[in-house]
This record gives sequence, C-alpha cells and structure tokens, in this order.
Amino acid sequence: MNFVLDAQEKSLLEQIKTKLPEIGNDRSKLIPVLQLIQAKLAYLPAEAIHVVAAHLDISPSEVYGVATFYNQFRFHPPGKNAVKVCLGTACHVKGGDIILENFERKLEIKEGETTADREFSVDRVACVGCCALAPVIVVGETVHGHMQPSKVEGLVLRARIEKEKQEREKQQK
Amino acid sequence: MVTLSVDASKIEIAAGTNLLAACLQNDIYVPNLCYIEGMDHPPASCRLCFVEIEGKDAPVPACTVEVRHDMAVRTDTPGVRRLQKTALQLLLSVHDVDCKNCPANRNCALQDMAKFLKIALKSKHLDLFLKKSKIDLGHPFLEYYPNRCVLCGRCIYVCRAQQAHTQLTFAKRGFDTVIGFFGNPQSSPPSCDTCRACAEACPVAALLPKP
Repeated sequence: MNFVLDAQEKSLLEQIKTKLPEIGNDRSKLIPVLQLIQAKLAYLPAEAIHVVAAHLDISPSEVYGVATFYNQFRFHPPGKNAVKVCLGTACHVKGGDIILENFERKLEIKEGETTADREFSVDRVACVGCCALAPVIVVGETVHGHMQPSKVEGLVLRARIEKEKQEREKQQK
Repeated sequence: MVTLSVDASKIEIAAGTNLLAACLQNDIYVPNLCYIEGMDHPPASCRLCFVEIEGKDAPVPACTVEVRHDMAVRTDTPGVRRLQKTALQLLLSVHDVDCKNCPANRNCALQDMAKFLKIALKSKHLDLFLKKSKIDLGHPFLEYYPNRCVLCGRCIYVCRAQQAHTQLTFAKRGFDTVIGFFGNPQSSPPSCDTCRACAEACPVAALLPKP
C-alpha cells in the first residue's frame, strides 16, 4: 500500500533534500541517509527511496533491496494507535500469536502494516518485560496485559468511537 | 597453458581459467546454477559445483578456483556428491515442484541436476516451505514467480552488465528473500522492455516477460 505524504511530511522531505549534499553522495552513505530519513519521518515512503536513489546515483531497486534487508527500516507510517503485540516466549506460550491474528483480521492489515486512515499500525515485538501479564500488547505507551480476543475487539472499537466523538466535537465548534 | 587432471582425463587450458569453466569446456559436467562465464567474482551461492582438489582437506566450489599446473581434481567422489545432493534437496524444498504447469518443464536446470544426481524432485525427509505469494506483477515488463525462483542471482548479474542502474535486486532476507523491483514504468529505461536478458538468464522460468 502506498501512503500519500501529508503536508508536514512533504516539508520534512524537502528539508532532508537540502541536507543531503553535506552528507556526500558516496554509496557507503546509503544506510546513514536512510536512517536520517527514518529518524525524521518515522518510516521510508516510496518518494524518499527515489530521492535517495537520485542523490547517490544508484537505482531505486538497489536502495529498496538494502532497506528491506534491515529490520530497522519500515515502509509503513506508524499509526496514531501503534499496536505492538508481544511474541516473546511467555506471550507466545500464552497465545500471543492469536492476539496478533485478531488484530490483523479486525484491522484488515498484516503485521508491519498500517491502516489506510493511519489510525492503527500493528507490529510484533519480542518481550516488553512484563511476562507475568502475558499475553501483552502495548498501544502507544500503554501496556495492556492478559489480552483476549474480546479485548482486541473492545480496544479497536473504543479508539474508533473516540475518534468519531472528537470529529463531532470539532464540527460543533 | 597449464595441464591438470580432472577425474581420468588430462586437460590443457589457458592459465587463469576458472576451474568450473575449464571442466565444462572439456565436457566434464559439474552441477552448477549461479555461475555465468566471464564473472569476475562468482558468488558461489548455489553450493552445487563442489569438487575435490588434491591437497585440500574439504571439497571446494569449483567456480571459486583458478586452474593451476598439475592440479588433480576429482568431480565424482562420494563426499562431493553428498554435498551436491543436499544442496539440491534444500533448493527443491523451497521450490514449487509443479513441472506440468511450468514453462521450464524439460528445459529446467533443477530437473537436469536431479536426474544427474539421481534424487527425487519431491523430498521425503524435508518439508516443503513455500512463500505465500505465487506471482509478483510489480515490474512493468516482467512476471516473477517467487516459488520457482532459486535465488541464483543470474538475472541481477546480467541486468547489471546491461544497464548502469540495475532494475533487479535481492529484497528482504532469509526465507523471505525475493528478487525485487522498485520503481514505476517511467523509471525503468526504455530498453528494459526489449532487453529480456534477465528472463533468458533464468534457469527455472521464475522471470518471464509479460505477455
């Protein structure tokens, strides 16, 4: 899925473009440049891959190949509700994969992806350090322990209702 | 010129020749997938062209060795065959063996080598491990079949030789590795439409020109 850059992301990317000449255009700068972009934008949009390719004079395919090799790079923007499903040993034993599957089905995305409205993103992580609460998920900064499929439903629904409510209030003003 | 012995025959060939190329030129078949004549640095990634060289403890991939004078090479020892069979079985364990519906049927490097090494195309002791997506139509001019691909890298090598900016690359990692493309029809050079070098280099019909 390709995400359209919002105005803020566009201006950040333009800012990065002006900084690139300082970094130099040696091939060895590929990963540092990608890291810089991800630090600013939180992900690597398709536009950024083309910017990097043009700057280093290599093909976009090569940039893509390197970027997909490393786990640190993501190609989907983090959602407003960034869901991290723990699949560490304890959570795995307690059925963390079922929780992950529930999110994937409910939000109609795969792990590592983001919903088209950018409200939710789902990622798997390895141990968040509170195994006694397994299976655990982290939404934004909030830890949710003892997860169940019904709780997944509730979380998604609550976030959606809250968003609707906010929008309604905005309209009233 | 140097003289070396390969199995029972004596070979005379120019110094500096690649050992695998020397064998193949003299009609001594050594299984191989990823080697292309003229490569400066063969990737030796298919792990199939093993031979035993006198004086070396373990078999070595022939494509990584230059011929030397008085070299004694054996291509058909049990140790060599065992390595080759295992390598091919591992390749077949991530390969969608559906020969009837494959355009490479009867003209396939995997079929030929399985016959040569006398192993079955479907392994009994290894699980089949296939990728989820059957076909990738992302490239403007090519169809890509991830489950046929043996990731030999020949397409990437020939593309790089043809174009300053290669359109093909290894993407992702481990079992998820695929031949990747990134870009749009506008970003590929116009010659890409008629080049076909990558599809012709593919030993297993994983890359085909779009009809």
